[in-house]
Amino acid sequence: MREFFERLGKRAGMIVSSAGGIAIMLFQAVIWIFVPPLKLRNIFKQMEFVGVKSLFVVVLTGAFTGAVLALQSYNALKRFGAESLVGPTVALSMARELGPVLTGLMVTGRAGSAMATELGTMRVTEQIDALYTMAVNPIKYLVSPRILAGILMMPVLAVITDFVGVLGGYFVGVKMLGINSGVYIGRTVDFVKPSDIFDGLIKASVFGLILSLVACYHGFNTIGGAAGVGESATKSVVLGCVMILISDYFLTSVMF
Amino acid sequence: MIKIIDLKKSFNSKKVLDGANLEVEKGKITVIIGRSGEGKSVLIKHIIGLLRPDSGEILLDGHDITKMTERELNEVRRRFGMLFQGAALFDSMTVGENVSFPLREHTEMPEDDLKKVIKEKLRKVGLKDIENMMPADLSGGMKKRVGLARAIAMDPEIVLFDEPTTGLDPVMSDNVATLILDTQRDLKTTYIVITHDIPLTYKIADKIAMLHEGKIVEEGAVEYMKASPNPILRQFLEGRAEGPIKVF
Repeated sequence: MREFFERLGKRAGMIVSSAGGIAIMLFQAVIWIFVPPLKLRNIFKQMEFVGVKSLFVVVLTGAFTGAVLALQSYNALKRFGAESLVGPTVALSMARELGPVLTGLMVTGRAGSAMATELGTMRVTEQIDALYTMAVNPIKYLVSPRILAGILMMPVLAVITDFVGVLGGYFVGVKMLGINSGVYIGRTVDFVKPSDIFDGLIKASVFGLILSLVACYHGFNTIGGAAGVGESATKSVVLGCVMILISDYFLTSVMF
Repeated sequence: MIKIIDLKKSFNSKKVLDGANLEVEKGKITVIIGRSGEGKSVLIKHIIGLLRPDSGEILLDGHDITKMTERELNEVRRRFGMLFQGAALFDSMTVGENVSFPLREHTEMPEDDLKKVIKEKLRKVGLKDIENMMPADLSGGMKKRVGLARAIAMDPEIVLFDEPTTGLDPVMSDNVATLILDTQRDLKTTYIVITHDIPLTYKIADKIAMLHEGKIVEEGAVEYMKASPNPILRQFLEGRAEGPIKVF
């Protein structure tokens, strides 16, 4: 019994310590973003890594999610004779929820794990110590650009996911299931407001912050050798995905 | 130039440094020897401010490094260069970008001048035409040389070496030792080397200090150390398993 509570206490202590560490890292990274000189080259490199290089996986995810949504909602709505609502169902689901969330999960898997692995390797091979010895702050050099890239590129990717998802839904709804094209587009335009898309983009931005911050924190604090790097990558993906899903609930309850 | 006074550091309950005292002379090569795990790396990381001690002082020209803020430390670190055990080259950058990294970060040097400096520093460590190679394509010895070229890129006053010959074959070890000696004579820089490589120590040291159980137990010039009757030093220099140094 005592052992159980000891373990529980230790675990709780670790969670509180990690939460504190993540908060401190966020604070430092934000401060360093505004300290000149601004290393634009570094920021653009990370934006390319998070954004451009995630494009393929995000397009695939969006297209098939939109397609399957159209298929499922068509089968359900047909029972009520409301097939014309397939378009708005797909578009609203993508813009408000699935676009940002699925993009967040996919980018966490692709870019978040890579960030944690890269920083973890830099930690265990003393490259981060080398930065300190050259009077270069690693938070400014490594963490701030990654967090900035996450915050800026996730909305861009989410918009692309939304758009491709709607296209996927259109293809299935109109070309495969025979819904009238004019009705499909017209009902979609009637139902989807700009605020639906905008709020989804804010969500995406928050998810970008979460995934990059969690990845940087775990990578930066890697201990041990190759096993430690692997553990950091796993932790960053698991915690990043869970945090995205939890924060999604709270953001949704505030926004919609 | 550098004075370490009664430096103490523990990790959890393990005492790593237990009142280490040492003076490092300007323009000389000081070699700190000791068994693996005796705290040599911990000591060198204190000198450049990567670790803060539990107590004690490190005076650099009279200023205590251990009490400095991060900003003050960054000013001091510009006077240092450091070669890490695994060279710690940035693996996402080319050799040229690695060597010029501190210059790009701290100066506004034009690209043409940077290229000249890269060539010159690489030539000093006996390398040429490898600027565009990636660190992953280099051998262990070449990595150490590039690491040294990066360490001296800003013409530092003090260069720290963490086990410069670990993992190298004897021929390459001797080559690196010659390189350390040549660059030091050329630049008149203060070098602090930590190692357990005795041939390297005898070849390059102006002064040797032996770290054992968190303290400097003996220090002096090479000939003095060779003649010293200190049993701990004797056992270490002669490489014997029997003696006061316990092998666990």
